[in-house]
Amino acid sequence: MKRTTDITELREIARRMRVDILTMIHAAGSGHPGGSLSAIDMLVALYCGVMDHGPDRKKADRRDKFVLSKGHGAPALYAVLAECGYFGREHLKTLRQYESILSGHPYAPSTPGVEITTGSLGQGLSQANGLALANRLDGRDTYVYAMMGDGETQEGQIWEAAMSAAHFKLGKLIAFLDNNELQIDGFVCDVMGIEPIGKKWEAFGWHVQEIDGHDFGQIFAAIANAKKVSDKPSLIWAHTVKGKGVSFMERLAKWHGTAPSTDELNKALTELGEKA
Amino acid sequence: MAEMLALRDYYGKTVTELAKTNKDIVVLDADLSGSTRTSTFAKAFPERFFNMGVAEQDMIGTAAGLAAGGKIPFASTFAIFASGRAWEQVRQAVGYPHQNVKVIATHGGITVGPDGPSHQAGEDIALMRAIPGMAVIMPADAHETAAVIRWAAAYVGPVYIRLTRDKFPVVFNESKTFTPGKGDQLKKGTDVTFVACGLMTSIALEAAALLEKEGISAGVINMASIKPIDHALVLQAAAESGALVAAEEHSVIGGLGSAVAELVAENNPVPVIRVGIQDEYISSGAPEELLEACGFTATGLADAARRAVQLKKQAASR
Repeated sequence: MKRTTDITELREIARRMRVDILTMIHAAGSGHPGGSLSAIDMLVALYCGVMDHGPDRKKADRRDKFVLSKGHGAPALYAVLAECGYFGREHLKTLRQYESILSGHPYAPSTPGVEITTGSLGQGLSQANGLALANRLDGRDTYVYAMMGDGETQEGQIWEAAMSAAHFKLGKLIAFLDNNELQIDGFVCDVMGIEPIGKKWEAFGWHVQEIDGHDFGQIFAAIANAKKVSDKPSLIWAHTVKGKGVSFMERLAKWHGTAPSTDELNKALTELGEKA
Repeated sequence: MAEMLALRDYYGKTVTELAKTNKDIVVLDADLSGSTRTSTFAKAFPERFFNMGVAEQDMIGTAAGLAAGGKIPFASTFAIFASGRAWEQVRQAVGYPHQNVKVIATHGGITVGPDGPSHQAGEDIALMRAIPGMAVIMPADAHETAAVIRWAAAYVGPVYIRLTRDKFPVVFNESKTFTPGKGDQLKKGTDVTFVACGLMTSIALEAAALLEKEGISAGVINMASIKPIDHALVLQAAAESGALVAAEEHSVIGGLGSAVAELVAENNPVPVIRVGIQDEYISSGAPEELLEACGFTATGLADAARRAVQLKKQAASR
């Protein structure tokens, strides 16, 4: 994979990914735009700027791996995987359809590039830990990245996994917390408060950094810092905006799991600078 | 009196032996390694053993990640926790992506005894059998356990193996092999056939001997492979003896008895009596007391066989 850290170039890729996300969810008639748009800048930074990976790598080859623990962000993952050439872009419009390679939530056996099957919240971090342990056993110095949602940290298994990653000193595990402050039923702080979330991860033995999850410079710097820590797993606590990039979707729980209508899609694409 | 051996001892021994030549085998436990006997493996291969603490959900998830990373994980805890606490992790992270994880659950059934119903898994086989793609196996003795563990290490895919705490009478010898979807016809019968797994296999053999004395010819099939079940062998027994008794140390809902009844009902309806836990929580107590209370004895199984024969006669006279 050709990688780039040119921020202008990455912003343009992320813009196109936002167009893909909205277009595929519109075509599917259902899906999760809000959390896909909050996560996409970090996914673009990882897949296009940081990770050592690519569709040419065979399963057993050494490569960095990513686990989307917040599996409902699948459209964002599918957009970057298509961008990276894991499958043809024509598949994007088949999202969520019967026998599509793109299931409603990530399903590793059917989608090239998806490492771990997710969708039931709270389960991805444990599996990322397992991947990191397998890397260590086989002497691979590659990284495992994971991404959780803030609402997802209400799941007990996340804290079991937080405990075990620190216990096993998984220094080559870097997890993002996509802190977009919203979940289906409303604001995270109203539904079931998670604060002080950074202190919680620190207390569980993690190296914690707080960033703006839409700022490529901050994302790259945090990953570089995380790689300097070898005896602890790293959490990159990323403040994000749910629905980021589409004015009428931003910061609204309604857009957690609602597909845009054709009018809404066109309005969003215009905002994103896409010609109709 | 048959020799008594613990299934879990043979699990610990066998997985450790296999790991000497298969470097991809790893073992996880949830703070019960002494009881599940994964401690044997931990001593031999400390770098390939992961004690996950009292966190069964994380254990199954981590095992799934290790499998995705090319390892062959054996994850162990008591049956109640492996199948109950971690059911959704087994379903989502192991069953759904057909991950190569071996869930080896010890302390299944009521022979856990004094710990009481909180620790007596009577639903685990039903829970695991409902997951598409899961192989569900309960060996009859220590030698079959060794065979099942050897098979599981070589097979690529999700497996649930249910073991027990207590020592069981030896039924097979060390040359026992295991093939999924294949049962063992231990005795042929023309009046009724027992289809049993686990401890119930040796008890069914005793029951068949009792019945023989009163002129009832009872066959015995050992069906460690609860899923996939041996269709041909069960249907052959249904055809040849015309009545079946399914016997297991598990609820009558969803386990081997259900599997046998479903198969027979859809292919060749003959009477099927299910011997198992009758949709209830049992009690603390010594294993022998609980087995007696549940009718998991030679006389209990013989009674069930007589009822099956009676039902067959009623059907014939209609």
